[in-house]
Amino acid sequence: MNVEAMYQEIILDHYREKHHSGLREPFDAEVHHVNPSCGDELTLRVDLDGDTIADVSYDGEGCSISQASTSVMTDLVIGRSVEESQVLYDHFKEMMESQGRIEPDEDEFEDGIAFAGVSRFPARVKCALLSWSALRDALMRATSTTEPDKKEDRS
Amino acid sequence: MSETQVVDQGTEAYDVEAVRKDFPILERTVGDHPLTYLDSANTSQKPQVVIDAVADFYAHHNANVARAMHMLGAEATGAYEGARKKIAGFIGAADASEVIYTKNASEALNLAANTLGASLRPGDEVVISVMEHHSNIVPWQLVCQRTGATLRWFDVTADGRLDLEKATREGLVNERTKVVSVTRQSNVLGTINPVEVLAGMAHAVGAVLVVDASQSVPQMATDVQAWGADMVAFTGHKMLGPTGLGILWGRYALLEQLPPFLGGGEMIEVVRMEGSTYAPPPHRFEAGTMPIAQAVMLGAAIDYLEGIGMERIAAHEQQITAYALEQLAGVKGLKVLGPTEPVDRGGAISFELEGVHPHDVMTLLDSRGVAVRGGHHCARPLHDRFGVQSSTRASAYLYTTQHEIDVLVEALDYTRDFFTRPRTSSRTRRKAN
Repeated sequence: MNVEAMYQEIILDHYREKHHSGLREPFDAEVHHVNPSCGDELTLRVDLDGDTIADVSYDGEGCSISQASTSVMTDLVIGRSVEESQVLYDHFKEMMESQGRIEPDEDEFEDGIAFAGVSRFPARVKCALLSWSALRDALMRATSTTEPDKKEDRS
Repeated sequence: MSETQVVDQGTEAYDVEAVRKDFPILERTVGDHPLTYLDSANTSQKPQVVIDAVADFYAHHNANVARAMHMLGAEATGAYEGARKKIAGFIGAADASEVIYTKNASEALNLAANTLGASLRPGDEVVISVMEHHSNIVPWQLVCQRTGATLRWFDVTADGRLDLEKATREGLVNERTKVVSVTRQSNVLGTINPVEVLAGMAHAVGAVLVVDASQSVPQMATDVQAWGADMVAFTGHKMLGPTGLGILWGRYALLEQLPPFLGGGEMIEVVRMEGSTYAPPPHRFEAGTMPIAQAVMLGAAIDYLEGIGMERIAAHEQQITAYALEQLAGVKGLKVLGPTEPVDRGGAISFELEGVHPHDVMTLLDSRGVAVRGGHHCARPLHDRFGVQSSTRASAYLYTTQHEIDVLVEALDYTRDFFTRPRTSSRTRRKAN
C-alpha cells in the first residue's frame, strides 16, 4: 500500500472540516492528552446524559491523521452509550494495532474504516489513537464521579 | 571544456561523490526511491572505516580496560585511551585528562548539572536559553528544584538569534549567576551562538560556562580553549561515530574540584566501608565498564573527519546550507524558522509548510525516499516561543549533495499540492443528530 492510499479522501476531508470541533459547555470531564514523541496535543470534554454521551467537544493540534481520527470518533460516539463506546474503542484499537490484518466493518466504524490503511504505518498508529485514548480517559473520569470503581485503565 | 582539472594542493575541490562511496547506507533504496538522507542533525550515517573499527576491536583486541593486566588488556586500554587523546586533539583540549566519556550528550550535561549543582544554594541563578534542546533544559530544572537555585534564560530575536541586547538590558547574567549553559548551535534553527561573548559574560561575574556543542562539533573545527568555555558536551553518533558514547570536556582545574557523579568501579582511589576517596579526573567521572569499543569507533571517526579536514567539511556544509536556503525560499507556502541567511548558522533548517502538519510532511517525504524529522525536535520551548507547535527539519552533512536538496524541494512541492489540492465534494458522512 502506498502512502497516498493511506491518506484516503475521507481522512483529508475530516482534516479539512472537523466535525464537532471546539470546546463546549456543559461537560462532566475534561482531559488533556499529548503524544510526547511528536507534540500533538488534545483537550477533550465529554458531557453525559445518564448513560448516553450527549456531547464530545475538543480543541487539538496535530497531524491530519490525529485530527481526522478525532473528528470521526465524535461522529461515532455522540449519542451512543458509554458502554457501547468502550466496546468501539476496544475494536478500533485492535484494528489499529493489527498492521492491516483486520478488515473493519463499515456498519460499525462508518468513516473510521479509512484508518485501516493507517494501521500499516506503525509510526502513525499513535496519531490515530490519541483521541480515542483521551475519550476513554474522559469517560472513566466522568463515570467515576458517580461510581468510584475505575480500576481497569490499561491502554 | 576548461582545463582546470588539475587543482592546487590544499584547495582541491571537495569531492562529495567520493565521500559518499565511503558510506554504504547511502547506496540503499527506500521503496522504489534512492535514499535521500537529510536527518544528520538527528544522527549521522557511518563510513565503512568506522563500521570496520568495531569489528576489528572485538575480533582482535577485546578486553576490559585499566584493570586487565594481560596483553589484550593493555591493547584495549591503549585503544581506549588513544581515542581519548584523539578526541582531546580534535576539540583543542589542553590535555586528554580533560575528556570524560559518558553515555551520550544528555548524560554529559546531567554530569555537568549535578556536579556543578552540588554547590548551588537558594538565591543562586543558572542561566540557559530558550533555544536549548531538552537535554540542556531539564537537567538544570532538576538541579534548581533540588537546590532552590533559580533558573533563568536568554530569549531569542525574531530571526532566531540569541537576544544578547535584551539580556544585558535585563541584567540576566549578574553576580548571582553561577552557571551559564547554552548551545553552540541550535538543533532547530541552526543558529551559531557567540560562545566567546558568553564566556566573557559568565566569567565577568565568576560563573562557569557550559556549552552544548552536539550540533557544531560534527560540522566545524572546535577549539574549546579559544571559546573560553569551562565545560563542553557533545556526542559521538552525530559525528560519524557510534551511539552509546557522549563526551564531556572540562577545564582540568574545574574538574578537579568537582564531586563524583556516578559511583562504582574505576572511579575510586581507595574504598573502605567507612568511606571512599576518588580517582582524579577523568576517571572520577567514569564509573563501571565504559563503552570501550564505542570509544575506539569514535577515534576512527575522528581520523576519518581529519583525513578530509574540518575546514573543508564546514565549507561544504556552508555551501549546501546556502543552496538549500535559496531553494527552499522558492517553495510556495514554506517558512523557515530562524536565520534565512547562511551567516553564523549551521546545516539544520527547520520550516513550516502552510496547510500541512510536519508529521504528514515527513510521511509523504519518506514515501519518496527523503528522510527528514518532523516534530518539536526536543525543543518544545523554542517552538512555543515562535508560536508553532512543531516543524519539519532537513539537515545536511559532509555527504549531502545539491541534487538531494533538489529532490527535497520537489518532494515538498508534491506534498503541499497533495494536501492542499481543491476538493470537489466532501465524502464524509455526518451523523444526523
